[in-house]
Amino acid sequence: MNIHEYQAKEVLKRYGVAIQEGILAHSAEEAVEAAKKITEQTGTQWWVIKAQVHAGGRGKGGGIKLAKTLDEVRDLSSQIIGMNLVTKQTGAEGKQVHMVLVSQDVFYPGASEPKEFYMSVLLNRSTGRNIIMYSTEGGMDIEEVAEKTPHLIFKEEIDPKAGLMPFQARKVAFNLGLSGNAYKEMVRFVTNLYTAYEQTDSSMFEINPVLKTSDDKIIAVDAKVNLDENALYRHQDLYAYRDIREEDPTEVEAGKYNLNYVKLDGNVGCMVNGAGLAMATMDMIKLSGGEPANFLDVGGTADAKRVEEAFRIILKDDNVKAILVNIFGGIVRCDRVAQGIVDAYKNIGNIHVPIIVRLQGTNAEIAKKLIDESGLEVLSAIELQEAAMKVKSVLA
Amino acid sequence: MSVLVNKDSKIVVQGFTGNEGTFHATQMIEFGTQVVGGVTPGKGGQKHLDLPVFNTVADAVKQTGADVSIIFVPPAFAADAIMEAAEAGIGVIVCITEGIPTKDMIQVKEYLRDKKARLVGPNCPGVITAGEAKVGIMPGFVFKKGRIGIVSKSGTLTYEAADQVVKAGLGVSTAIGIGGDPIIGTTTREAVELFMNDNETDAIVMIGEIGGSMEAEAARWIKQNGTKPVIGFIAGQTAPPGRRMGHAGAIVGGADDTAAAKMKIMRECGIHVVDSPAIIGQTVASVLNVPA
Repeated sequence: MNIHEYQAKEVLKRYGVAIQEGILAHSAEEAVEAAKKITEQTGTQWWVIKAQVHAGGRGKGGGIKLAKTLDEVRDLSSQIIGMNLVTKQTGAEGKQVHMVLVSQDVFYPGASEPKEFYMSVLLNRSTGRNIIMYSTEGGMDIEEVAEKTPHLIFKEEIDPKAGLMPFQARKVAFNLGLSGNAYKEMVRFVTNLYTAYEQTDSSMFEINPVLKTSDDKIIAVDAKVNLDENALYRHQDLYAYRDIREEDPTEVEAGKYNLNYVKLDGNVGCMVNGAGLAMATMDMIKLSGGEPANFLDVGGTADAKRVEEAFRIILKDDNVKAILVNIFGGIVRCDRVAQGIVDAYKNIGNIHVPIIVRLQGTNAEIAKKLIDESGLEVLSAIELQEAAMKVKSVLA
Repeated sequence: MSVLVNKDSKIVVQGFTGNEGTFHATQMIEFGTQVVGGVTPGKGGQKHLDLPVFNTVADAVKQTGADVSIIFVPPAFAADAIMEAAEAGIGVIVCITEGIPTKDMIQVKEYLRDKKARLVGPNCPGVITAGEAKVGIMPGFVFKKGRIGIVSKSGTLTYEAADQVVKAGLGVSTAIGIGGDPIIGTTTREAVELFMNDNETDAIVMIGEIGGSMEAEAARWIKQNGTKPVIGFIAGQTAPPGRRMGHAGAIVGGADDTAAAKMKIMRECGIHVVDSPAIIGQTVASVLNVPA
């Protein structure tokens, strides 16, 4: 589960990780009040207005602006709140901005030059252990750094029995070229960051940039936190951070029916039992000349009610020109699923797109007969290749 | 010889008396699997499906000689169940449970490092040796006896592949569902190695999906050590980056874990990669020169 920057910073702060301070605002007026308060707290003379949406690349998209006066705070906030922010991560449709984080300016002048670093914590799937990945090249796209200057990316793998050890935290600080107070601050920063990652059952932390300020403090200027959904049952407080405005409304609705649905931008909808077969079915749609409109796993019990809900979800998408149902009936009998499809079809009424139903497994022949004799405008298939050909023919 | 489980395997079911455990244990027994009992803490001494229930896996092992366990315990308790089985000396642990927190699995992986137990899963359909033993939730009738080994991250896609292999006039030796989570016990490479060493397997179907690097690791191993043809498919060629496709581990994170990248490296390593999931069976047949 993704959370907002301001929420991620709340989490970090709870574990003693120093952050760029900020106050959330939902309107230009609130933003001005927030700016005054932040100045009281930190002494900052300028403010950074940051759009709060679940997407990276906000700066380049115009969602992060520097304000030098309170009038500018008001103007910029009113521009950003309500804007449709398009970044490389939002897709062309963009994301509606509902709130901004009014933050202290952390690039103030001082005794030394500020320096930006990169740091993330994530699972190394090959070893089954967490790693801290960090780089001297902060504030830019890490994939670009990895490609152009891979030697500037460092990794520390964490032994699950011992946890992050002090020597590892020191190594991070040394590799980043720090000394004196900044070094001490970095050791504390890394240690607390890893504790926060572990104790919140996160699946990814990305702090880009981590900033060494001109007075040798180490702070998180941005924070991206991704929580392990399987562990949310033991973190009710973090689950409360969910912001469904950031999610696709159809996906939210599908979730209510426990349907695993991901909206895509193609023209052929699909309904499949099992995640792997669902992905394979999407691929087959593409090979048949279409583009998948969604991923949808109906799960093990593809009964009439679930099938009907799944059809309704798929049909909400106007781009859908055909629907492919692909069920491998193992322990679920195909004739039951077929009956479910017939009932669902009749209940929904005017389905205006062709439907191809492929049922394979237990009682597949009976199921095909049931579909064929239903009088509905549904094409049936048993073999997967046959289904692929039928998708091709309806798209032609 | 067979892979992981056979007619002599003695299976203990963890989470035996629950709905899932009861249903699938019944199916496994009907298939002919030697289920010797189950574990439900607090219900030791009772009988369930005419078999003994034990409080601990250690008790079950002691009383029945069980050497394989299958786990149907809810996600919050599943990691503990795996470690209990390993501690009790179980050789093959099959964990069906979906939704175990990653942090728990990091601990499990570490715990198993110096144990002899082999974990399959979690979040998997299990293991089936055709005609001998089904330790999982797959429809047994699909897996007709033959000499093709299947390793897959997915459930129904495994059944699909097995069905196609059978309809192509071949059959299945053993099918291993390794699971779709970010951390799993037996890897693609390890499963492939088991099949390469199995004298009842002539060719291997390797089915992967987006996310992680297991298929690439397996492919490189095959290039170095492979002695049998491998037919491969990667699900998720059309999956967008950054979106989780059902399985917790099925997410494109970078340039190396896309379906295209995996298929490329598999082809370079000599694997017969198919673009369409509909032609897995016929491709196996043509690679083995079996008339369709």
